[in-house]
Amino acid sequence: MTTTLEAPPAAKTERPPQGRPRRRATAPLIWLVPGLLLLVTARYVPTILGANYAFTDWNGLSSVYNIVGLDNFVAIINGQDSRQALVNTLVLAVTVVIAANVLGLSLALALDSAIKTRNLVRAVFFAPAVLSPLATAYIWRYIFQVDGPLNHLLGAVGLDSWGRSWLADPTWAQWAVAVVVVWQFTGLSMIIYLTGLQSIPAELAEAAAVDGAGPWRRFRRITLPLLAPATTIALTLTTIMALGIFDQVVALTGGGPVGKTATLSTVMYEQTFSLGRFGYGTALALILTLVITLASVTQLLVLRSRERQIR
Amino acid sequence: MSSGMQRYTRRTLAREILLILAGLGWLFPLYLLLLTSLKPDSQIFSAPTDLPTSLDVGNYAEAWSSADLGRALFNSMVITGGSVALLIVVGSLSAYTIARRPGRWSAVFYLLFVVGIIVPSQLGLIPLYSMMRSLGLVGSYVGIILLYGGLWIPMAVFLYTGFIRAMPKDYEEAALIDGATPFRTFWRVIFPQLRSVTATVATLCGILVWNDFFTPLIFLSGTDKVPLPLAIYEFVGSVATRWNLVFAGILVALLPVLILFVVAQRQLMRGFSGGIKS
Repeated sequence: MTTTLEAPPAAKTERPPQGRPRRRATAPLIWLVPGLLLLVTARYVPTILGANYAFTDWNGLSSVYNIVGLDNFVAIINGQDSRQALVNTLVLAVTVVIAANVLGLSLALALDSAIKTRNLVRAVFFAPAVLSPLATAYIWRYIFQVDGPLNHLLGAVGLDSWGRSWLADPTWAQWAVAVVVVWQFTGLSMIIYLTGLQSIPAELAEAAAVDGAGPWRRFRRITLPLLAPATTIALTLTTIMALGIFDQVVALTGGGPVGKTATLSTVMYEQTFSLGRFGYGTALALILTLVITLASVTQLLVLRSRERQIR
Repeated sequence: MSSGMQRYTRRTLAREILLILAGLGWLFPLYLLLLTSLKPDSQIFSAPTDLPTSLDVGNYAEAWSSADLGRALFNSMVITGGSVALLIVVGSLSAYTIARRPGRWSAVFYLLFVVGIIVPSQLGLIPLYSMMRSLGLVGSYVGIILLYGGLWIPMAVFLYTGFIRAMPKDYEEAALIDGATPFRTFWRVIFPQLRSVTATVATLCGILVWNDFFTPLIFLSGTDKVPLPLAIYEFVGSVATRWNLVFAGILVALLPVLILFVVAQRQLMRGFSGGIKS
């Protein structure tokens, strides 16, 4: 059989004329079983179970638990910590998504083919995106220490008064966390925009330039609209990632000071695995899931309709 | 927009210099990582941005042994290798079936997989924890590998299906007409043609699994199967402010990905953007 494999054109002629050869099972349906089994047992069943536990007082150990209706959700709304975590998560996500996408898009645009070292510089900006978020966040924790590198550098340029214990400061801590996350996310959004830019024919911008359109006008009227698919992906992806932030907070602040940097994920982890409140924890996870789903589906719908308008 | 028409003007030069400077600033944390990992204890906070007065290579030996990094490196390799292999085999088989069987069922199954990309994983983790605990799979390689398989199978199937649909059917039809069994056809004819998308799945899922901290924190804490991020987390807890040791440990933990990045950054960037693009 190996000989025919190497000579496909010969095989082609053996096919009955006009399309459809004899129907043969090219792939038995049974091949789907392992994949579906993984998918259903590791994704769908636990997710549905989780949505159920959210309405119980399950402690994670006993098989006995009571249905408590909306009690967990009422407790979340009334609980200072969880409500604060919800607000923190949203603020962090909005900040990070805007900053990482503006920066990523600017870099993608700036690193065009005129730049000789573009491949190297792209790699440099992309590097943090592939490194462990936890490990790199520890580097930043050191940078932000009260007697750490950042305050030393500020002192060196005469800005001693700006120095502070960044991660212990209730007003600054969350922005410090945001800086770290932006540093980690920007490379990812940059390459998505770069991929999008590569699919835009250069003749379009050149033609517009010949017609006398300035750079800003060319960007607004040609580049940005044609980047719509990339924008959709970059925004949705960074939003999903930002709403689930966990590692960076654990490494930088552990959620402090006074819960100012706690996110839904960190509170969920704490409540579930440190305090054994599995019902409460799954209720938090359900809220997080709904927030993520709502945000991503809304973004996809809005941005896709924008893509369609452009076409 | 990459036409060769652009001229290298003085403004381009200015832009290039600016970008290089920004890039150096971007790498400053990694520079600090290397610098601090080589410093003696006394210099950590007295002169955080200065060059080390003496090169304390011993930090690496100490971090290696007290954080048990050799063990963690091994665990990370087993877990990542196992998960990626599972994703490649199961992902390509499922995708091939979906892509090559016309009809309603494969459309339904495809949808089921793709929706899995969007459904956030957090809600399922707690029930999974109790399910796996009752099966005795918490704290085992097999358990976490199956878990990652389930977590990333939607992405793998999505990538493979897109690729296979765009592939011509000539070769496999020839093989089938020739009497080869479907599996033989898949393995000998189809799978080799999937090399580029397999590379995408491997790099993308490999990096995500390698760097993951949340899942091992729940499923492997306190066992001898801790992967690198979890080992670093536990190590930081035990040595607190001895940042030179912490950083030596972190650098060791980052090294495999850093090497992969230097060797194959083009492939990696293509993997990430390609994985997202389609």
